[in-house]
Amino acid sequence: MTTINMTVNGKAVSGEVEDRTLLVEFIREGLRLTGTHVGCDTSQCGACVVHVDGKAIKSCTMLAVQADGTNVVTIEGLANGADLHPVQAAFKENHGLQCGFCTPGMIMSAADMIERYDGKLDEATIRAELEGNICRCTGYHNIVKSIQAAADEMSKSA
Amino acid sequence: MYETKYHKAGSLDNATSLMGSADDGKYLGGGMTLIPTMKQRLAAPSDLVDLGGIADLQGISTDGSTLTIGAGVTHAEVAGSSDVQGAIPALAALASHIGDPHVRNCGTLGGSIANNDPAADYPAAVLALGATIKTNSREITAGDFFNGMFETSLSDDEIIVSVSFPIPEKAGYAKFPNPASRYAMAGVFAASTSDGPRVAVTGAGQDGVYREDAMEAALSADWSPAAASGVDVSADDLMSDIHGTSDYRANLVKVMAGRAVEAAG
Repeated sequence: MTTINMTVNGKAVSGEVEDRTLLVEFIREGLRLTGTHVGCDTSQCGACVVHVDGKAIKSCTMLAVQADGTNVVTIEGLANGADLHPVQAAFKENHGLQCGFCTPGMIMSAADMIERYDGKLDEATIRAELEGNICRCTGYHNIVKSIQAAADEMSKSA
Repeated sequence: MYETKYHKAGSLDNATSLMGSADDGKYLGGGMTLIPTMKQRLAAPSDLVDLGGIADLQGISTDGSTLTIGAGVTHAEVAGSSDVQGAIPALAALASHIGDPHVRNCGTLGGSIANNDPAADYPAAVLALGATIKTNSREITAGDFFNGMFETSLSDDEIIVSVSFPIPEKAGYAKFPNPASRYAMAGVFAASTSDGPRVAVTGAGQDGVYREDAMEAALSADWSPAAASGVDVSADDLMSDIHGTSDYRANLVKVMAGRAVEAAG
C-alpha cells in the first residue's frame, strides 16, 4: 500500500491505495465522490473525465499514485455552493441530458474545452472536441447546444 | 489489473537503476496504451517506472534545420506548439488527431514510438521525415528503429530521450480512421525533403510502419496528388482483418497518399 496526498475540489485529501488502484477507483471508493462515473472502463466513453492539474483526463486510465501531489477537480467541485457552474446550468436549461450517466464527463470536458478555446467555440469544434465522450441517449444535439450556450455565456461575462 | 509496484523516477539514471532492480519492470510514459493493456491483463509488469517526472524528457526546440521534441512531450503539447506549427505543421496536425482530447493530454511521443503500434500515427512521421531517436545511450535512425509490429530496436532498459526531425520543405499526413476505434486503417505521411520525397505508411502493413518506395519514385518525378495515388500498391504485405481486406487497405493507401500530398501543397 502507498500513501497518496492530493487536493480534490479544493480540499487536501490523503489515502492508502494499492499501486494498481485507478484514480477513478480512489475518487469513487476512497473519497466517496460518486459523481465521476465508470462507463466503458476502456478509455473510450469519457464518463470518468476529471481535471488533473487543470487538464482533462480519463480517470479510468490513470493510476491513483500517478496523481499523487496533484490538484484534482471532479464534477462535485464545479458548482459554487447552490449556484451551478455555467456549464451545468446550460445543460439543465438546454435539456443536455437524458439518463445523465455520461453527463459528469460531458460537463468536465465542456468546461475544459471552453477554457482552452477561451469561449470561442463553434458547432464543428465542439463536435470534434467531444470525440472522447460518448452519449447513448441524446444524439448529441442538445449537448452541443448546451456547450455552445455555456461558452457564449462565459465569454460574455469574462 | 494484476498487482504491480509503482516507482516515480526523478532522473534518467534513477529510472534505469529502478528498472535494473525490478524483476519484470516496464517504463510508464503517458500510460495510454500500457494502463489499458494492464487492465485487460495482457501485460503484468512487476514494477512500473514512471518517466513522467523526468525533466530531460521535456521541451520542444528548433535550430532552423531540425525540430527536437522531448520524448515526454504530450500530443496536446505538440499539437499546440507554435514551434512545431511553424517548422512542421503536418506534425502538429498529426498530433492533434491522435485519440481524443483526454488521451492527447496524457499520451507522449516517446511512448507512442516505443510501443510501435502498427496503427499509431507518429511512426509514419518519424519514418517519413527520417528522424533520429536519441536514447539515454545512443542515437538511432528511424529506419533502424522500427522492427515490425510492436517491436523496436530499443533494449529493455533503454529510454527514449528525444526525437529530432529534419525540417522538410513541405509535408502532409492523411489517415482513414476506423469508424469505431478511430485508429488509422491506413495513414500516409508524405514529405518533400532535401533527400527527395519520402513516404511512410502506418495502419496498413503487416509489419507495422513502412516506406512506399514506388510512391517516392513517382513523387520524385512529379510531386502531385495524382502521381501519389496513381501508384500501384501491392496488397501482399498488408493486413486483412474484420475491418478491411488487404485489397481494401491497398486502395486506402493510394487515396490517403493523394490526400497527404494535397495537404502538403
